[in-house]
Amino acid sequence: MRKMLWMLPVVALLAACGSNGPTDKQVGAAAITGAGSTFVYPVLSAWAADYAAQTGTKVNYQSIGSGGGVSQVKAGTVDFGATDQPLAPSELAQGKLAQFPVVIGGIVPVVNLSGVEPGKLRLTGPVLADIFAGRIKKWNDAAIVEANPGTALPDAEIAVVHRSDGSGTTYNFTHYLSQVSPAWKSGPGEGKTVAWPTGVGGKGNEGVAGYVRQIPNSIGYVEYAYALQGGMAYAALQNAAGSFVSPSSKTFSNAAASADWANAKDFDLVMTNAPGADAYPITATTFVLMPTSPSDKARSKAALDFFRFAFEHGQDQATKLDYVPLPPALVRQIETYIAQKIK
Amino acid sequence: MTAYIPIEMTRGRSVGADRAFSLFTTGAAWFVLLLLGATALSMAWGGRLAFQTFGLGFITSSEWDAVQGKFGALVPIYGTLVTSAIALLIAFPISIGIALFLTEIAPRWSRGPIGIAVELLAAIPSIIYGMWGLFVFAPFMGAHVEPWLTDHLGAWPILGTLFDGPPIGIGMLTAGIVLGIMIIPFIAAVARDVFAEVPAPLKEAAVALGSTRWEVLTKVTLPYTRSAIIGAIFLGLGRALGETMAVTFVLGNAHDLSLSLLMPSNSIAAAIANEFTEADSQLYRSSLIALAFLLFVVTFIVLSLAKLLLLRLKRVHGRTL
Repeated sequence: MRKMLWMLPVVALLAACGSNGPTDKQVGAAAITGAGSTFVYPVLSAWAADYAAQTGTKVNYQSIGSGGGVSQVKAGTVDFGATDQPLAPSELAQGKLAQFPVVIGGIVPVVNLSGVEPGKLRLTGPVLADIFAGRIKKWNDAAIVEANPGTALPDAEIAVVHRSDGSGTTYNFTHYLSQVSPAWKSGPGEGKTVAWPTGVGGKGNEGVAGYVRQIPNSIGYVEYAYALQGGMAYAALQNAAGSFVSPSSKTFSNAAASADWANAKDFDLVMTNAPGADAYPITATTFVLMPTSPSDKARSKAALDFFRFAFEHGQDQATKLDYVPLPPALVRQIETYIAQKIK
Repeated sequence: MTAYIPIEMTRGRSVGADRAFSLFTTGAAWFVLLLLGATALSMAWGGRLAFQTFGLGFITSSEWDAVQGKFGALVPIYGTLVTSAIALLIAFPISIGIALFLTEIAPRWSRGPIGIAVELLAAIPSIIYGMWGLFVFAPFMGAHVEPWLTDHLGAWPILGTLFDGPPIGIGMLTAGIVLGIMIIPFIAAVARDVFAEVPAPLKEAAVALGSTRWEVLTKVTLPYTRSAIIGAIFLGLGRALGETMAVTFVLGNAHDLSLSLLMPSNSIAAAIANEFTEADSQLYRSSLIALAFLLFVVTFIVLSLAKLLLLRLKRVHGRTL
């Protein structure tokens, strides 16, 4: 997702130059402001540049982390917040906030095993949980061998790599482990940081990717784009339907389509372990938070217009940056929700 | 005899300027003290929730679990002290060696360039050391040094526990060595300046009495500069205790308590840098600020011990440079 990032300032600059002329007059509100998730930052910035080029309205997004995004939007200092961990309907009601998903991505277990190619290694959910819990210590453990007939696995200790900083990626990953492994659920549990029973911690996706590349026989988890760019060997995971699925934009959108959005109040749904036959099990979304009765209605409307633009015209940008756009049915549901909730 | 003019006698020429200067310097000195006190107080205040909740357990517990809201600072404190101790163990002999070489042994023409090179080392940003540590040094440690240590020392009765564990190249030993390399220029630069201050007649007298170079070093130069050298060491140690970026890269950032130097650990500064942005509960944030306060306290204790050591040395051996 970061591969196009270096272009953003250039794009933004071009956009600014292009729009300073005749379109200037149609800028009603000042720049829309948002803050939160780092996961969504690249695609949100790309959308913002496109949107500024077309309408002249600027979107200023600060990637300060999901937790920061939530507290900023609650304090009313920004027009929208973005978080990787959805808020419960009760907390939304208390903070007078509305919540909807904007884009889909995936989290991928990456390994450094000599001779194992991307997608070749197969892991089940419980085995993955046991590895990260330190219960499975060797690569040639019977549980791993059983899922990988025909693959030569070394008699080596597994080195676990996790995130050292608080992160929505960790939240989604541990949420998945909690769902597939009761032992994990009662042990470390789920959260943006958890008490890891074993392993080393890398800072950020790049830190984890760096450690996995440096340490032989290691396993870690990163956003899909990092696995792709680094050419890292990722593992195929067994999903809820029982089939082994490799991460790809196709299997991510399968997961999004099969998740039960229709019955999720305020979209309070984490998509991990989605039921679809070909759905990738650790698929994640970023959620946007906005006040239901904003003090400045013009700015709120401008922000909503921006997200509508992103849903309609942002698919190409999202795909280019290795995200997955929301399925059309979900977008329609969001439109209805926004119309009802945000006055 | 030279006649000294007491400062009082200059009165009348520039009383105003003198007074202003005196006020300014006094103010500057007190301002630093005030700043120090205010920093300590505001961190203690920010961490009060953690101290109230966990009491003394905050320092003695090794549990750090954001999900259940249980925080203990033992692992970061331990990691900070161990990595800094390793750093000092490595940096001290090497920096003293560099300084002695530059002042006593090196040919005169080469002293300038080498001295400047050492000072330039101090200007390298710590993130560079961190990246070098992660991409170059940690794989080297994991592939060559750590397996050797485990094979040769791992079976020893007490020492063995220090070198037990998988050789992944990331952990307290690697972090300590990288830190040691980082603080070498600080200690070496000060030590070199101090050694240059040793009066030539003293050394010449020692040589005249038939001393070897080694005897001049151990019997004249080192005793003469003792306090200043200890000061230089603690300057380096202060930097090692608070170093953040380089440590984060190679320490492993895991809240695990382990005696083995090959295992990952955490340091106070690294834990704060890693976790502050997403510390979303009051208690979590307060615990991190309390950690910062503890770093302050740890540094204060270490520097006070240094000061006490100096006072003792002065009492026993007399005043030195």
